[in-house]
This record gives sequence, structure tokens and C-alpha cells, in this order.
Amino acid sequence: MSDRLLVSTRKGLFTLARKAKGWEIAAVDFLGDNVSVALTDPLDGRHYAALDHGHFGVKLHRSTATAWEEIATPVYPPKPEGYEENDMWGRPLQWSTARIWALAAGGADEPGVIWCGTQPGGLFRSTDHGQSWEMVRALWDHPKRKQWMGGGADLPGIHSICVDARASKRVWIAVSTGGIWFTEDAGASWSQRGEGMRAEHVPPELTHDPIAQDVHCLVQCPAAPQRMWVQHHNGIFVSSDEGRNFTEITGVEPSTFGFAVVVHPRDPDTAWFVPQIKDERRIPREGKLVVTRTRDGGKSFATLTRGLPQSHAYDVVYRHALALGPSGDSLAFGSTTGGLWVSEDAGDSWMSVTHTLPPIYAVQFA
Amino acid sequence: MARVIFTANIQRHVACPQAEADGRTVREVLDNVFAENPQARAYVLDDQSALRRHMAIFLDGQMIRDRTRLADPVSDTSTIYVFQALSGG
Repeated sequence: MSDRLLVSTRKGLFTLARKAKGWEIAAVDFLGDNVSVALTDPLDGRHYAALDHGHFGVKLHRSTATAWEEIATPVYPPKPEGYEENDMWGRPLQWSTARIWALAAGGADEPGVIWCGTQPGGLFRSTDHGQSWEMVRALWDHPKRKQWMGGGADLPGIHSICVDARASKRVWIAVSTGGIWFTEDAGASWSQRGEGMRAEHVPPELTHDPIAQDVHCLVQCPAAPQRMWVQHHNGIFVSSDEGRNFTEITGVEPSTFGFAVVVHPRDPDTAWFVPQIKDERRIPREGKLVVTRTRDGGKSFATLTRGLPQSHAYDVVYRHALALGPSGDSLAFGSTTGGLWVSEDAGDSWMSVTHTLPPIYAVQFA
Repeated sequence: MARVIFTANIQRHVACPQAEADGRTVREVLDNVFAENPQARAYVLDDQSALRRHMAIFLDGQMIRDRTRLADPVSDTSTIYVFQALSGG
């Protein structure tokens, strides 16, 4: 059982604790500040919170036993004099951290290693619990990196980081938009993965190009790392060969569009999604908030509704806002309209914790 | 020495007391101020040491012209205000 949740919102970081009567808000940190994502390092229990102060830029904080302290923020290297690179809008690409979009702890044999994915596309690695950061230059300098484009934001960004539970130097990342990238030497070299995904929003000759894929979220089963699930702009895709090849899952009601996916820690065939109407509206279909779950690798899905609002619900669940506890039974998700729900029975039923939080960006079991 | 005054809004995140520093340009003055207060630097300047996009610097009542190099010339009696612009954020 996981007894704490970290909820990153537009107006602060909320820590929820399981009490005898249910889940309660136990702490509020950075009230009023935009918290884009948070992480609990499972090796030492330290929390990390990424803040976006708007005018004053992106900052990173780490918890101590009693308080938070500001630590180093990933910094882009100096842009070479005379070097010109424009974003997809024709504007000069700023080599500067615009958003921290992903934080992931290194493997169990790498205490202190933290990976950090950012917009406009830089990946950073720390080996000292975030005291200092080094940009992964091999990825930033990869000639195909310049083909990355904005997806959910104007700038391309790294939102998913999967560290192989068997071998920590093997890491997959996903980019919106830029597809899936893989390293087997802790970032020294990179190759594109993700054959078989399909992008509807690009010209036909690019439809199946792995770099054109708008992966919304990539997850990997820790007990069976060959199994990866993708919630993609175009739908749901599953891989059984470490992300080399994907198969599209179709016909899932009420929709295969969404942002978030989680996979069971031990059962690679079990995964959860929060579907919405695609592009044009981005709201739950018919105002009914549901979670979909497969337990057979995508052959069939259950639509889970018990305890979730089934009329006039317009909650959107972002890619980091669906969380699964280590047991595989506890789930939680938060919405753009400040709703937070928890399930203790693998999604069969849900309890509403609150409807009044600020817009929620990320939820993690701590 | 030039006088440097920071917006009140930044103080909630990082202490930026009024400072006096030498320098022939805005860059030199701010470099000297941030040498004494390194944490504040990244709140005002971006990763390339340019002025953050939604920040504004007024030099003796005029918005500076060079937001990238901060090369606007400063005199011994200058006052530099570091504000947030009303755009963004």
C-alpha cells in the first residue's frame, strides 16, 4: 500500500496522506507557484519538485528532512557564436530550459542518478541527487534532433523517461513530437525506436516515420521491460520487443485518445488509460469521466466508471497525472479542473478525494 | 557606482536587496551584483545570460536596448531597475 501522493498543480505541490477516514491533504508547498512535475526517488525517499516561475524561469527544489531547498536547475550549454537554429515557427530556438517536463530516478544500482527531460528538448543527467546537471550532448547534438517539433506546447519536449530495471544504462525517452529514442550506454549514443506507430496529422510519406510520432506518454513494465505501452496522439500502441516495433490497438470505447497510461509493475498485459474525445474538443465523451483497463495485452478493455462522475464532467487528465502504486492495486489521477480520484482495487471503484485543487499536472505515489 | 534595484516580486523567491556595483555596461554591473548573490542570477538571466524573456531592465528611466548582451552603457550615477514585464508569466 502506498500512503502518500504528490500532486503537482498550477498553484502548488499538494501532499496527500492516507488516513483512517480516507485520503487527506497533509501538506501544501510552493503555494501559488506553478509546479510542473515532481519525483520521489525510491532509493532514498527524497522528493524533487520542478517549478516554473514564469518571469523568473524554471527552478528545481529538493526536500530535506524538514524543508525544501533550491538546487541546481539544468542549464543549456552556450549556444555557439553564429550558430543559427530556428524552431518550427521560424523563431530562433532559445537554448534555455523552458520547462522541466520529466524527472526519473536512475536504476537501483545508481543512487543519486536523476534524469531530467525538458523543453525545448534537452535531456539532462545528475549523478549527485540534483546538485549538478550535465546535458546529454549526444542526444542534443544528434542531427535528427532538429526535426523534433512542438506537440502539446510550442517547443519540443521530453516527457517520458524509462530506465531498464535490468540494466540502468539502457534508457528510453519519448518526445512530443519526436518519437521514441533509446540509449544502451547511459546516453553516450542514441538510436530511434518506434516502428509501427502511425501519425495522422502529417503528410502520407511521413505517417509511419518514427520521428514524426507524437507520443503522449511511454511506460515500461519493470518486471517485463520488453513490454512498452504508448498513449499516442493517434491512439494506443503496444510493443513486445523493447519499443522496436509497435502494434496499434483499435476499437477501444469510448476513445483511444488521451494523454496518460500506466502499466502494472509485474503484469505487462495490464495497463490503464483515461480516454477523451480527440483534438477537436478534448473532453470526456458525453461528459462521462472513465478509465479504461486492459488485462490481456490490449485484446479487450474494461470501461471503469464506479465512483467517477458520469454527467457534465469535463476533466482532462494530463500525461503525468495518472499514477499507479507499487502494489499494482492503488491508482490515482488528477484533472485539469482540480479533481482527484483514488482507487484501491485496480480501478474497479474510485473515491473522490477533492474537486477543488488547482489544475493538476502530475500525480505520483510517494 | 551604479545603483541596482530589484522588483519586489522577486523577493518572495530569492532575496535581492538593493545593491551598488561598478561597471561600464549593464552586463558588467549585473555581473558584479550576481557575484555577491549568485542564486539571483538565474532569476533574471536565462541559460545564455540574456535577459529573461519576460523581464525588463530600465536604465535611468529608459528600457535597455540590448537584451542579449546587456551592452547599454552605464555611468557612475546610473540607476538600474530590474522589473518583470507585464507580458507572460
